[in-house]
Amino acid sequence: MSVKSGNSLSVLKRHLHAACAATALLLGAGSLAEAADLNALIWCDHSDPALLQPFEEANNVKVNVKEFEGTGAGMAIVDQSQPGDWDVMVIDSIDVPRGVEKGLFEPLPEDKLPLADLFPQVKMDGSTVVGGKRYGITEKFGYNTIGFNKTKVDPADMQSLVSLTSDKYKGKVAIYDYYLPVIGMAALAIGKKTAELTEADLPALKEELLKMKANAKLVGEVTASQTALATGEVDILVGGGEWVTAGLAKENPALDFSIPKEGAVLWSQSLAMFKDSKNKDLALKFIQYIMSPEGQARLATSSCYWGMPANTKAALTDDQKKVLRFDEQPGFLARAQAYPAPNADLDKKMQDMWTEMLQAK
Amino acid sequence: MSSTGNSGRVLPWALVTPALGWTVLFFVLPFIAMGFSSLTAHEGGGFTLSNYSQFFTNPSYWQAMVNSLQVTAIVTMVSVLLAYPFAWILAEQVPERWQRLALMLAVLPFWTSYVVRSYSWLLVLAQNGVINRALTGSGLISEPLQLANTRLATVTGFVHFFVMLLTLTIFANLKQLSPSYRKAAADLGAGPVRTFLHVVLPLTLPGIMVGAFLTFVLCIGDYITPQILGGNNELLMPQLVMMQIGRRGDFPLASALSIILMAVVTIAYLACARWLKIERA
Repeated sequence: MSVKSGNSLSVLKRHLHAACAATALLLGAGSLAEAADLNALIWCDHSDPALLQPFEEANNVKVNVKEFEGTGAGMAIVDQSQPGDWDVMVIDSIDVPRGVEKGLFEPLPEDKLPLADLFPQVKMDGSTVVGGKRYGITEKFGYNTIGFNKTKVDPADMQSLVSLTSDKYKGKVAIYDYYLPVIGMAALAIGKKTAELTEADLPALKEELLKMKANAKLVGEVTASQTALATGEVDILVGGGEWVTAGLAKENPALDFSIPKEGAVLWSQSLAMFKDSKNKDLALKFIQYIMSPEGQARLATSSCYWGMPANTKAALTDDQKKVLRFDEQPGFLARAQAYPAPNADLDKKMQDMWTEMLQAK
Repeated sequence: MSSTGNSGRVLPWALVTPALGWTVLFFVLPFIAMGFSSLTAHEGGGFTLSNYSQFFTNPSYWQAMVNSLQVTAIVTMVSVLLAYPFAWILAEQVPERWQRLALMLAVLPFWTSYVVRSYSWLLVLAQNGVINRALTGSGLISEPLQLANTRLATVTGFVHFFVMLLTLTIFANLKQLSPSYRKAAADLGAGPVRTFLHVVLPLTLPGIMVGAFLTFVLCIGDYITPQILGGNNELLMPQLVMMQIGRRGDFPLASALSIILMAVVTIAYLACARWLKIERA
């Protein structure tokens, strides 16, 4: 028995050695492959092959993407990674300073980026420029506003946020499940500026949110909101704009969005480069590609969700421009206000208020 | 001789080591890390119990646990009530040569993605879905019922998933039950109902409880079904945990909520184990 055990153990040992060797080879091969690739931490619109393929082919590289939702989740991925694992990141423009504070990002060379071609209102230098250096460039934007089915509601009613809480549309409304923009819309509805919200405004905001909830059938994330509007489960989406209706416009031209007289909340996403990137030249090329007229058109019409390109020269077709209401942007932008950007304490209180709203019957 | 004795002691450890290593690496260490995280402050670090106190002092957090327990209890009960007769029919009424095929057909829906199945249920239960169209089309109702985006929808999605899981565990238990028990009961004058209530049911209770416990654990920790089918009209614990991570990246609070959830599962396990002595089964 002892001999048998000894044999079993030595066989096990040999197998373990072999397994270790194979693992080392695989890991080695993996790191070699990574050295030539671009690793991008992204939102789902960047994973569209129609967007990535032209860049990959032109530069003979592979873009490895990792999707995340929410800045917190993205930062957590970075925290759990080794320095140099990531080259570029897509991030809410208002959260660029959070990445800079953590020492994550590399300043971008302004002279190599088409900043002059961007809609001036979406450059958001207050967030994307920190300490006089640009750390992010806005690539796509849009509005958290009212998305609706124009055959089921009166489009004139959709020109005011008051309609969202009126009995006329009770049970016909969905709310987009992201607390900051919808709280921003509630602020607009009660005549407050999103940039000036304080803790003292929370009771009035909560009251407005509860009124919206009383009219709502559901509170859903991107896919659930789109599905609800597309299937006729609801006729109005609070907090949804072109990113919901534009992608579905071909199948259902009745879907549309409005920028009500009280305004809308401007969302904007930026690209940033990691300070520890091992491929900074390639990372810059990627940012330049995304910001180019062709890249902008592909990003704007990504299969995950549509949104306005930040570059005014985006190579969109006339039909695409019509769906995105490209020509109306100057008017929309004039009425739009930025995402609320609360400090950590107010942010926590706003999230708790959102939780209360979700639990309300 | 002594070398044989040493090898005899080493071999079992060598065989157990991979499983132990796996458990330590993927359960014990992450659990310890989560425990530490739950005791630190989100801003600035440092020891704090505030992540736990928030749960007990914030009514909407507490409500999430109440909602989770209610939904899980309903799902577990309904699943057991549906799965038992189904398992019994499979084990007792379907000829042996067809049982394998019947079981395969029963688990066939699981070959589809969980997310896709949840969205399919959403389409079935929607205002313009199959059920509402059938009801309005037949004139039984004039206005569509609100079935989707409700607790009913969440429970339906869960039950669809867990009935099959319970059916498999109860079926295995029924198949292990020796026919001689029923023959003995019949010999002693017991009718089919009495035999079932006094012989079959008690002997298959361990199978039911194992399945029910699995249902409880998987249901209370599930994020996808309530998110898709519940319409976020009430928060469950996994959704509350995810909310802390999304934008704010509040891992300490998310960790504390997860540990509270694990504590509830542990209590459920201890209750089951004590009652039915599962550890001896």
